[in-house]
Order: sequence, then structure tokens, then C-alpha cells
Amino acid sequence: MSTVVADSHDAHDEHHDHKPTGIKRWLFTTNHKDIGTLYLWFSFIMFFLGGSFALVIRMELFQPGMQVIDPHFFNQMTTMHGVIMVFGAVMPAFTGLANWMVPLMIGAPDMALPRMNNWSFWILPVAFLIMLSSMFVPGGGPAFGWTFYAPLSTTYSGDSTALFVFAMHIMGMSSIMGAINVIVTIMNMRAPGMTYMKMPLFVWTWFITAFLLIAVMPVLAGVVTMVLTDKFFGTSFFNAAGGGDPVLFQHLFWFFGHPEVYIMILPSFGIVSAIIPAFARKPLFGYASMVYATASIAGLSFLVWAHHMFTTGMPTFASLFFMYMTMLIAVPTGVKVFNWVSTMWRGAMTFETPMLFALAFVVLFTIGGLSGIMLAITPVDYQYHDTYFVVAHFHYVLVSGAVFSIMAAAYYWLPKWSGVMYDEALGKLHFWCSLVSVNILFFPMHFVGLAGMPRRYPDYALQFADINAIVSVGGFLFGFSQLIFLAVVLKCAMKKGEKAPAKPWEGAEGLEWTVPSPAPYHTFDTPPEVK
Amino acid sequence: MSEQHKQTDHSSIITKLLASVVIMFAFGFALVPLYEKFCELTGFNGRTDNTASVASEGMLIDTSRTVTVEFTTRTGRGAPWSFRPEVQSVTMHPGEIKVVNFLVENHMNDARVAQALPSVSPGTATLYLNKTECFCFEQQPLAANEKAVMPMRFYLDPDLPDDIRRLTLSYVMYDITDQIQGRSQTASRSE
Repeated sequence: MSTVVADSHDAHDEHHDHKPTGIKRWLFTTNHKDIGTLYLWFSFIMFFLGGSFALVIRMELFQPGMQVIDPHFFNQMTTMHGVIMVFGAVMPAFTGLANWMVPLMIGAPDMALPRMNNWSFWILPVAFLIMLSSMFVPGGGPAFGWTFYAPLSTTYSGDSTALFVFAMHIMGMSSIMGAINVIVTIMNMRAPGMTYMKMPLFVWTWFITAFLLIAVMPVLAGVVTMVLTDKFFGTSFFNAAGGGDPVLFQHLFWFFGHPEVYIMILPSFGIVSAIIPAFARKPLFGYASMVYATASIAGLSFLVWAHHMFTTGMPTFASLFFMYMTMLIAVPTGVKVFNWVSTMWRGAMTFETPMLFALAFVVLFTIGGLSGIMLAITPVDYQYHDTYFVVAHFHYVLVSGAVFSIMAAAYYWLPKWSGVMYDEALGKLHFWCSLVSVNILFFPMHFVGLAGMPRRYPDYALQFADINAIVSVGGFLFGFSQLIFLAVVLKCAMKKGEKAPAKPWEGAEGLEWTVPSPAPYHTFDTPPEVK
Repeated sequence: MSEQHKQTDHSSIITKLLASVVIMFAFGFALVPLYEKFCELTGFNGRTDNTASVASEGMLIDTSRTVTVEFTTRTGRGAPWSFRPEVQSVTMHPGEIKVVNFLVENHMNDARVAQALPSVSPGTATLYLNKTECFCFEQQPLAANEKAVMPMRFYLDPDLPDDIRRLTLSYVMYDITDQIQGRSQTASRSE
């Protein structure tokens, strides 16, 4: 295999756009654009798979009582939906965007470690095959939620837990390799004159995200290892009878889990910070403060993990500490929101699809952020904990936040990737369908949550029936709206559309717009000069 | 790749990043003993000391206030006995020594080994609840169908913060027979 790679590599230097054809091109590719494309398609497939699991959940919850599936399968669906969306859809989408855009944005010819890049992608489908196959072993797949709390995962789980743990290990390795690649690329491969404080914010946010990944993915690997040995090898990390402590699991998990939340949102901030200035035709307001805000959010993310565990019983001092720290995060986040709004202030705005998604991101993410502040208040959290209010909160920040930003990014850079303009009418249709349905889907969840409907149950009390029916309708509308997005992307992939110029957006800035559309297989062989 | 980038040496950054990965993996495991130590020092998880404390001779009884100590008991999953305190609660002054009996009855026709684990709520009271004698300090062998009375002698440290008027001492009694005799296949699969 190495000779094939080496040969094709030599060939690259001579024939500029030569590349192997067929399946080998994708299997052995070390090209950052190919790998970016692979990541993005993988994430897209996982998005539909995780989404269809969510529709199974919403189908069951359409009416009270047990309708379609049994409770154990319901639990498998909630678990798989969470795991696939977090590790299969959102994170790989960001890694794909980083692969495509970071080298183009900093004027580098490729990622710093192209062969490791190939590995970090190709182990991912393997991990998810293992994860999905766990649903077919006797006793069913993991049914303990994506947070796999002990003792649910250690004492009350099936044999599929071993597959779950193994798949998590592989995903973690993939993420860590991706993060190392991003850091080395950004530190070593910037074009001459591209100082740190000239880097586009997408590069900055990914740079910080990569450090978060390196800090917390190994802790996740440790936790799943402990779950594995507790379950199969008789250790007692989380088993009180053997001297362990199940609450320790939650501390370890959320020490990973909270920074993980920011891993899934910081690159979104970078995307929105690229798109809003482009369509407001003004430079980003407060560039430096954006960088510092991102770094402080990342730093604070290590000091707030126990706000997920207020109800485990904590001394008042600890509760207050985690409550204030959590509220403190609202400050740098608020800085960002104000900067985006200020960027638009008196700008010459136009509303193409990427801008629509970016604007929806700002509004809806802020709604999710505000419900987050409500959840941060310890005494109030006792009421909200483990209700649909929490579900509403994190879907606002993850679906209408992270996922919307990924869609915005896709519309913004699709002309660069494919060389053709996407279908603007379809794009706008996709946006409006998504915007309306996502709110029908998630906004009413606040109400049932406040009224006390607990999450993670396949059934609910009768008084919640009407709202749940509305939520389910919203869920199906949102799910099927995404087929429009698929159509848009497929049209671009099949090169059906108007030919895109090198810089299709009038106000866009950055090195990626200096190369032709579609971006040639090899770009920036000679580094550009950045003034 | 151009010549310019071939010259850049990535190895030092990669080494540092890989070292960070290894350190963070180890840190995850280091958190286990750190958490244990932290809990021991602060009483954070409500687990009382595992060794007998000695009440000092000159300990003064603080008659100015009374504190209610409640007892709850639970049996570990699948443990074949009933386990309860003789009294639901006692009212006492800090510094006063009390004895409470716990009753256990093995319903099995074979001998088992039990281990009780204490937990105090609120956690901040943990450090002030001292036991001079407790069945939880060691494993309790129970003969077939044995009924046993297990005493627990304890006192509350007079330094107990004023705001604590009521605290709960809970015990879970686990069946650890299998762990002692080596983890048997049947026991771990029977759930």
C-alpha cells in the first residue's frame, strides 16, 4: 500500500490534478479535500441515521401509552440517537470542515500529517459499524443513555456494553488524531505573514477546540475503560459494594462531558463569525475579543462539570461554586452574541441561505443559552433536572445551534467545494421548513418540562398528550425537511447548477476565495503572501 | 508538498501533544484515588471513617443543643437477608455516646458474608460522626438462617456545625460472598 501512496504522491508533483480513480482514491487518499469530503458525507449519513432513530422515539411518544416499540428498544433508541448525533454527526462534520477549510484558510498545501489524517477518518466507519452492530447481539444494544451512567452501564447492562466501549475507544482515537493534526497544521503550516491574530475565527475556534479534544477525549477513554473492567473484570471503580462510588462516574464523565459540549459549539462560533461579516459586508466587530472570549469559554468549561450533578447532593459551597462558574460562561458568550449583532449593525445585509442559517443560529442559540442559565441556578435545577426542559435546552444549542451552523457552513462553502452554485430557491425552502419545524419540535418541550415530564421514558402522563403530539409532528416535519438539504447537496455533487466564480459572495474575505471554484486538488503549493 | 513545508519539523509538537494525551489518560485514572482522598478529607460523599475512633477522655457534652440522628437501612441487590435498625432515630447531645443495635437475619440455608457500607447525609456532617465500634468496620459472616444483633457505638463531635440539627446515617448491606470466594460465573450472569 505504501508504494501506491508514494507513487501517486510523486505523480502529484508532476501532474497537478492527477489522482487515482475509483474506490482506491478514497481508501488511500491523503488529500485534505478528499478526507474533508469523506468526513462530511459520513456525518451526513449519520445525521440521517441518528435522525431516523429520533423519529422512532417521537413516533412512540406521539401518544401516551405503549404504541409501537417496547421500552427496552426505546432506551436503545435514545442511547443510539445521542451517541450517533454527538460522535457520528456533529463532531465528524466539524472535523470535515476543518480538513477542507483550515489549510485553505491559512494558505497551507495540505494538513500537516496527511497519512494519519487518512487513518483518523477510516477508523470512524469501523467504530460506528461496531456501535450499530451492538444492537443485534442477544439482549439488545446499549440502553443506558449516551451518558452511560454507572450502575446502568456496569450492573444493569447487557453484553453489548463491550462493543459500546470498544467503539467509543476507536471514536476517541479518531478525534484525538484529528485534533493533533489540526494543531500541528495551524502551528506549523501557516503561510508567511499569517500571524495568529490574523487567522480567520474558524481557524481560531478549531485551534482551541482541538486542545479541548486532547484534554478530555483521553479522560473519556479512561471512563469507558473503567466501565469495561467494572462490568467484565470484577473491578469496583463505581461499585459501592467493592469500595467504589457511583457518583465518581458522574464526576469523571462530566469532566469530559462539559468540555465536550463546547467542542460541539466552538467551531460553530467560528463559522458564524465568517458568514455574518460576509453578508453584512462589514468586517467582524471585535475580532480580538472573539478570540479571547473563545479561549475563556474553553478555560471555564473545565470548572463547571458538576452543574450536571446538582441533585447528587453537594455541599452548599460546591453548589454555589459551580453555579457561579456556569453563569460566568454567559459573559464571554454574551460578548460573542453582541459582536455578531454589532457586525450586522448598519451593514449592507443580504439574506442568502448561509446568512439565514447564521441569523437563525444567533437567535436560537441565544434561546438555548438563556435556558442554560436557568438550569445553572441550583435550587431551580432541582425542579428542572432530568425533565424535558433539559431536552429542550440542549436541542436548542445543538440542533438549532451546532447543526444549523454546519448547514450554514455547507451552503457558504458548497460553491467552493463543488464549483457550482447551490439551488438558492431550494436552499431557502430548506431553511424556512427547518426553522419553523425545529421550533414546533423543541419549543413546546420547555412547557412539558416545566410541568414535570421526565426525560428518557417511553410513556408519559395523560396531561402531556397534546403537547407531545405537536412535538412529534414538528419532529417529522424537521426530519423530512432535511431531504431538501440532501437534494441541494446532491445537485451540487452532480455539478448541476450555475458555475461558481472563485469568490461567489461579494463580502466574503479569506484565502479560500483566492483559489478557483471548485478548489483544485492541490492548492497553495507555493504559499501565498499574507499582508 | 513543497520544499518549504518539508523542512518544517512537526515532531516536537507531535511529541508534546501525544505526551498530553497520555498524561490526560493517566489523569483520568489518577482522579479515582484523588476523589477518594478528597472525600476522606471533606466527607463529601458521606462515607464515614472505616476505623474505630477513640473518644477523648475529657470530651465535653454539649447539652445546649440536641441533634436527631436517623437511621435507614437497605439491603444490596439480591442480598438474602433482612436488615433494620432497632430504633428509627435517636436524639442526642454532641459529645454524648450512644449505642444503636442493628438486626440482621439471613434467610438463606447457607452461610453468607455481608459487608455494610455507611453513608451520612448531609455530607458536611460526615466528619463529625465518629464511631467507636461498628459492624461496618469488618465483614460479617452470617451462618445459615442466623439472626444477629450488631451494635454500633457512636458520638457526634462537639464541633459539629450549629446549623446541623438532623442527620441521617444510612447503611447498605451487601452480599459479598461471591467476591470473597472468587467471582463465580453463575452469580455474575444471574441478573
